[in-house]
Amino acid sequence: MRHMLIALVALLLAAPLAAQDQMPPAPLAYKQLDDPALEAKAQGLMETLRCLKCQSQSIADSDAPMAGDMRHQVRTRIAAGEEPEAIRTWLVERYGDYVSYAPQNKPIMWPLFAAPLVILLLAVFLLRGRFRSAGKKVTGE
Amino acid sequence: MSEQPPKRSGIAIWLPLALFGAFFALVIWGLYRPADREVASAFIGKPLPQFNLPAATKERPGLTTAAMTTGKPRLLNVFASWCVPCAVEAPQLEALRQQGVEIDGVAIRDRKADLDRFLATYGNPFARIGKDDLSEVQLGIGSSGVPETFVIDGKGVIRHQHIGEIRPEDVPMILEKLKEAQS
Repeated sequence: MRHMLIALVALLLAAPLAAQDQMPPAPLAYKQLDDPALEAKAQGLMETLRCLKCQSQSIADSDAPMAGDMRHQVRTRIAAGEEPEAIRTWLVERYGDYVSYAPQNKPIMWPLFAAPLVILLLAVFLLRGRFRSAGKKVTGE
Repeated sequence: MSEQPPKRSGIAIWLPLALFGAFFALVIWGLYRPADREVASAFIGKPLPQFNLPAATKERPGLTTAAMTTGKPRLLNVFASWCVPCAVEAPQLEALRQQGVEIDGVAIRDRKADLDRFLATYGNPFARIGKDDLSEVQLGIGSSGVPETFVIDGKGVIRHQHIGEIRPEDVPMILEKLKEAQS
């Protein structure tokens, strides 16, 4: 039993080490484009694309090999003259909206924008009695 | 202040508590729901992108889109030698191969020596293995990790995605999906 536990702990420690690839990063994973304007375009896009391995990070922030490959993909396409939004669309076609951090104007978003208005109207409705009595006090009743 | 507060309707008094209760339930539900971190491919039902990957090992040819559209459904396995669950699914891939399923592999960011050792240790059920050092094909089909297995029909259209290792209990389901892809 004890040996099994030790073996289990050893396995847990070993797994993250084993699950790393040994390949060098993609050519444009860490290398900026020579043209500052193009690099700025690429950077802007990369900051709003989700890393699929480490899902709270953007691919600009992540050191995961797959994020590096995605940066390479983005920089190669920008250098080839593609527009950032076209690249975003290309990725959304493959991974769904989840891959993009940029909010989109879709019907599913409307409740989110409507919620503050609804809450405000509800509050006014619930407090209408208070407003009325306060008004009466001012007029000296 | 001798003034009486204005009389409220019964519902209004309970509303804040009800809202709090609903919010509390939402938080508890979010806490106890098993986290789903898988990103499913949105490319199911679409044809494979055009690619031409060089051979990852001397024993098998590389992988092209044309080679995958043979009229017969097949599996596309995205794997790597550095991926532990990929070793776990090796016996299941071998079992599928023995049942006549053709399996093509895409090796993600893999060195030849590592891959050869992996294939020697865990078996080589692949008809072809393409070398994808930049995750190009992986990104092209909406795969977000290793291992993932795609069912490709005879026309080269992606019909199903299996995320994670194929476990023994998954084999009948994979065979079923291959049969569905025949129609």
